Amino acid sequence: MIIAERKPLEDIQEMITGYKKILILGCGTCVTICWAGGEKEVAVLSSQLRLASKKNGNELAILEDTIERQCEKELIEVLKDKVQQADAVLSMACGIGVQTVAEIFPDVPVYPALNTKFMGMPEREGVWVETCRACGDCFLDKTGGICPIVRCAKGLLNGPCGGTNNGKCEVDPEKDCAWTLIYRKLERQGRLDVMRKYYPPRNFQTVIRPGKIETLQA
Amino acid sequence: MKIKGAFSPDIIAFCCAQSAYQAADTAGSMRISYPENIRVIRVPCVGRVDVLHILRAFERGADGVLVLGCHDEACHHLSGNTRAKNRVQKANTLLQEIGIDGKRVEMFTLAPNQGSRFARIANEVNERIKELGPSPVKSAD
Repeated sequence: MIIAERKPLEDIQEMITGYKKILILGCGTCVTICWAGGEKEVAVLSSQLRLASKKNGNELAILEDTIERQCEKELIEVLKDKVQQADAVLSMACGIGVQTVAEIFPDVPVYPALNTKFMGMPEREGVWVETCRACGDCFLDKTGGICPIVRCAKGLLNGPCGGTNNGKCEVDPEKDCAWTLIYRKLERQGRLDVMRKYYPPRNFQTVIRPGKIETLQA
Repeated sequence: MKIKGAFSPDIIAFCCAQSAYQAADTAGSMRISYPENIRVIRVPCVGRVDVLHILRAFERGADGVLVLGCHDEACHHLSGNTRAKNRVQKANTLLQEIGIDGKRVEMFTLAPNQGSRFARIANEVNERIKELGPSPVKSAD
């Protein structure tokens, strides 16, 4: 899923300066799971902004809503009436959500309340780690389901390097060496022969930015 | 009795029904007085107290918030007190972001028979909030 974190309050306040009525819009999917922009975070940010505006003697009316996904046009269109009531929208979705909302409502300024960080998975409660770089040419079949492109500090395809130290990485001793994890996984599955092969350097041209995929539904 | 002109802080105390609320009762039975401006809200467990409850208390004019739960390892719902501790920390961070002093939200733990401890906490917190003065949100009204 997409992992994001909220921008510092100061940055958000600067964005919405001068507006009298804003709509804070949450997203019910990835950013709800990573505690950054779901219904709860919308309520917390609203409360903070209300307190701050009261403290500073500013007038600020806040509308709140959270939709299932801000990256789907059909789900955003139903917000038409609410968006029209507001001077600006503060989106608590990832960058994709912010852009989709901005596209559906071209006359209303849409601001991001979050910084979109990476694609990842939960490590434990409240901790998320990056696990996929969307490189466009998945290598996981050769590495026991552990991605060295993102989880190895050097992104090596033929690891481990000389800096592996008792299963930890020389770049950051707090982090696991991805290639040690890969070795152990392949050993467990009796597939170490996969590791004896040499893999040529990555052709990063497989991803053309901006990416676009056209497909037909099965 | 409220003296006109003197600052009497509005303090909301979320009290666990298993411990702190009973401690407040014990204080009453023991005839130990505590400041009348501490407003007790009984919750089934402090694990029920959400960051939003704390923030909204300030929105509605509270000068301080107390979260009073069971001692460590004594929560009737196993981890309610630990959750509350984390939420108090989070609420303080959120309040600090908007310039509301972090000492305005505090958590203490106590047992149902600790009536005098309840009164002591209530008095100490009351004095501290008095020194801090009214919540900056309230004084801007």
